[in-house]
Amino acid sequence: MSTGPATAPAAGAATDEAALRKALATTKRPPRASAISAVLTFGWRGMLKVRHVPEQLLDVTITPVMFVLMFTYLFGGAIAGSTGAYRDFLLPGVLVLAVLFTTVYSGVSLNTDLTKGVVDRFRSLPIWSPAPLVGALLGDAVRYLVAATVIVVLGVIIGYRPEEGPLGVLAAVGLVVLFAFALSWVFTTMGLLLRSPNAVMNAGFMSIFPLTFLSNVYVQPDTLPAGLEAFVNANPVSHLVSACRGLMDGGLDSENVIVVLATAIALTAIFAPLTNRLYRRA
Amino acid sequence: MSAASPLAIDASGLRKAFDDVQAVDGVDLAVARGSIYGMLGPNGAGKTTTIRMLATLLRPDAGSARVFGHDIVSEADSVRGLVSLTGQLASVDEDLTGRENLVLIGRLLGLGRPEAKARAAELLEAFGLAEAAGRLVKNYSGGMRRRLDIAASIVVTPEIMFLDEPTTGLDPRSRNQVWDIIRTFAREGTTILLCTQYLEEADQLADGIAVIDHGKVIAEGTPAQLKASVGSGSLEVRLLDPEQRPEAERVLAQSLGATVNLEADPTALSVGCADADRGAEAVAELARSGVRIADFSVGQPSLDEVFLALTGHPAEEQTAEEAVAEEEAAA
Repeated sequence: MSTGPATAPAAGAATDEAALRKALATTKRPPRASAISAVLTFGWRGMLKVRHVPEQLLDVTITPVMFVLMFTYLFGGAIAGSTGAYRDFLLPGVLVLAVLFTTVYSGVSLNTDLTKGVVDRFRSLPIWSPAPLVGALLGDAVRYLVAATVIVVLGVIIGYRPEEGPLGVLAAVGLVVLFAFALSWVFTTMGLLLRSPNAVMNAGFMSIFPLTFLSNVYVQPDTLPAGLEAFVNANPVSHLVSACRGLMDGGLDSENVIVVLATAIALTAIFAPLTNRLYRRA
Repeated sequence: MSAASPLAIDASGLRKAFDDVQAVDGVDLAVARGSIYGMLGPNGAGKTTTIRMLATLLRPDAGSARVFGHDIVSEADSVRGLVSLTGQLASVDEDLTGRENLVLIGRLLGLGRPEAKARAAELLEAFGLAEAAGRLVKNYSGGMRRRLDIAASIVVTPEIMFLDEPTTGLDPRSRNQVWDIIRTFAREGTTILLCTQYLEEADQLADGIAVIDHGKVIAEGTPAQLKASVGSGSLEVRLLDPEQRPEAERVLAQSLGATVNLEADPTALSVGCADADRGAEAVAELARSGVRIADFSVGQPSLDEVFLALTGHPAEEQTAEEAVAEEEAAA
C-alpha cells in the first residue's frame, strides 16, 4: 500500500551529468532530411538487418534450393524424359519462385517493426512519411538478389547453361526483382492488417504457394485439366516464368513481358498507397 | 521556430475512441514551457492514447491541441520537428547495434554522416553505453535499452519530450538513473510530458500533475496540492501476535485520534496518519504498552489511495476492453 521514503540519487550512476548537459547543449537543429536521404537511410537500415539477422535469408533460400534438387532428380526423368531437360525447364521457374517467396518477408519484417514500437519513433520524426516503407524496399532488393544468385549459381553447378548467357540471366533477374517489388506491397499491406509476424508468415505463404504452384514453374500447362490450365495461363506468375525462360534461353515473347509489367504497375498502384495509408494510421 | 505561445501544450476537449471504447474522453491540458508535467493514472486510463495524439501518431476524434503553438492535426509536420517520443515499448531497433540506432536517427533528422556518427559517439558516452555501442540492442538490459531510447530522443535536442512510462519494468538503480536524466533535461529547459502509473515518480519529478481515469482528467495540481486534497498517508503496523490486535487498535486510535482499520491479515492494522513524526510517536506508544511489533511503515498516499479518494473507486485493473484499446493504441 505505502511507498517507501524517497530514494537517494543512484550511487555510481552510469550516466554523467556534465556529459549529459554537454550532449543537450551542443545540438543545433539541422535542416530537414530530404526524401531521398531518408529513403536511403532506411535502405541502409534494411541492409544492416540482412547483416545482423542472416538467418532470415537462410530460411528463404533453403526451400528453393531443395526444390531445384528434389524436383530435378526425383521427377525430372518422369516429367521431361531426362533430368537435364527438366533442369533447364525448371531453373528459370525456381528463380522466380525463390525471389517471390522472399517478398513475404517484407510483410513479416514490417509487422515485426510494428510489434516492437520502433515504428512510433519513425512516425514521430519530421520526414517524408512513406520513407520507411520505400527505404525497406532497398533492403529487400539485397535479399532478392541473394536469393536469385543462389539459384543461378546452383543451376550452373548442376549443369544449367543459359543460352542467352549472363546478359540474359541479368535481364531475367531484373524483371523478377521488379515484379517482386510490386508484389511485396501486397504483403506489406497484409503486414499492417494482421496482428503478429507469424500470422503474416502463414497468410503470406498460404497465398504465395498456390500462386507459384498453380503456374508453369513445374509442368507445361497443356498437361493440365482444362479449368486448371485456364487459371495457370492467366496467372501472372506464369507470364513472369515464361518471360524469364525467354530471356535466359531464347524465344522471348514480348507479350509476357507486357503482362508482367502491367501486373506490376497495377499491384503497385493499388497496394503501395494502401500500405502507406495503413502505415500512417497504424 | 514556434509561435509565441506561453504554453508548450495547450489541449482542449481531446477525444479518441477505439471501436466501442472511449479511450480519451475530453482531456484538457495546459503545460507550461520548461516544466515537467506528469500524467498519472492506471493502465488503460488513456494516458498513452493522449500522448500518441499529441505526438501526431493518432488523429483525435474531437477536440484540438497545439504544441508550441502548432496544431497537432493541420501542422503535424511542424509538431514532429519539435517533439520526441519515448514510447512504452522501447522505440529502438533491436536488430541493430546501439551505435547504429543513434546514427540512423541522426541521419533521419538531417545530420550528415560524419555529424551523425560523432553525435552517436557523444551520446553513447553521456549515457554510459560506450562499451555496449557495438552490441545488438536485443542483448541490452532493460535499463540500457531505456537509456538508449532516451538518447535517441535527444539526437537533436527536442523542444518537448514525451516519456511514456519511462521506468516501468526497471530495477530501482536503473529507475534512479532515468530520473536523474529527466531532471537534467528539465534543468536545461526541455519541456517534459511524463506518463506514469507511480505517484512516487510523479512526485519526484513533476511540477504539475494531471490525474487521469477512464479518459478524463479527474484532478490537477502540484504534487503537494494533490496529496493534500487526497488527505493523509497511512501508518501500517503488523504484529507478532494476533491476540494483541485489540490492544494495538485501542492504543493507535487513542494516540492518533483516528479510526483504525483492521486488515484481512489478522496481525495487520492501518490508520490514517498525515505526518511521520506522529506515526513514529504512535509506534513508540505501542511498544511502551507491551504490544510486540513485527514491522511498520509510514507512507505517503499511494496511487490506490489517491484514486480511492478522487473517484470513490480503487484504481482497479483495466477491463479487458480497455486492455484491447490500449494495445491497439500501442500497436
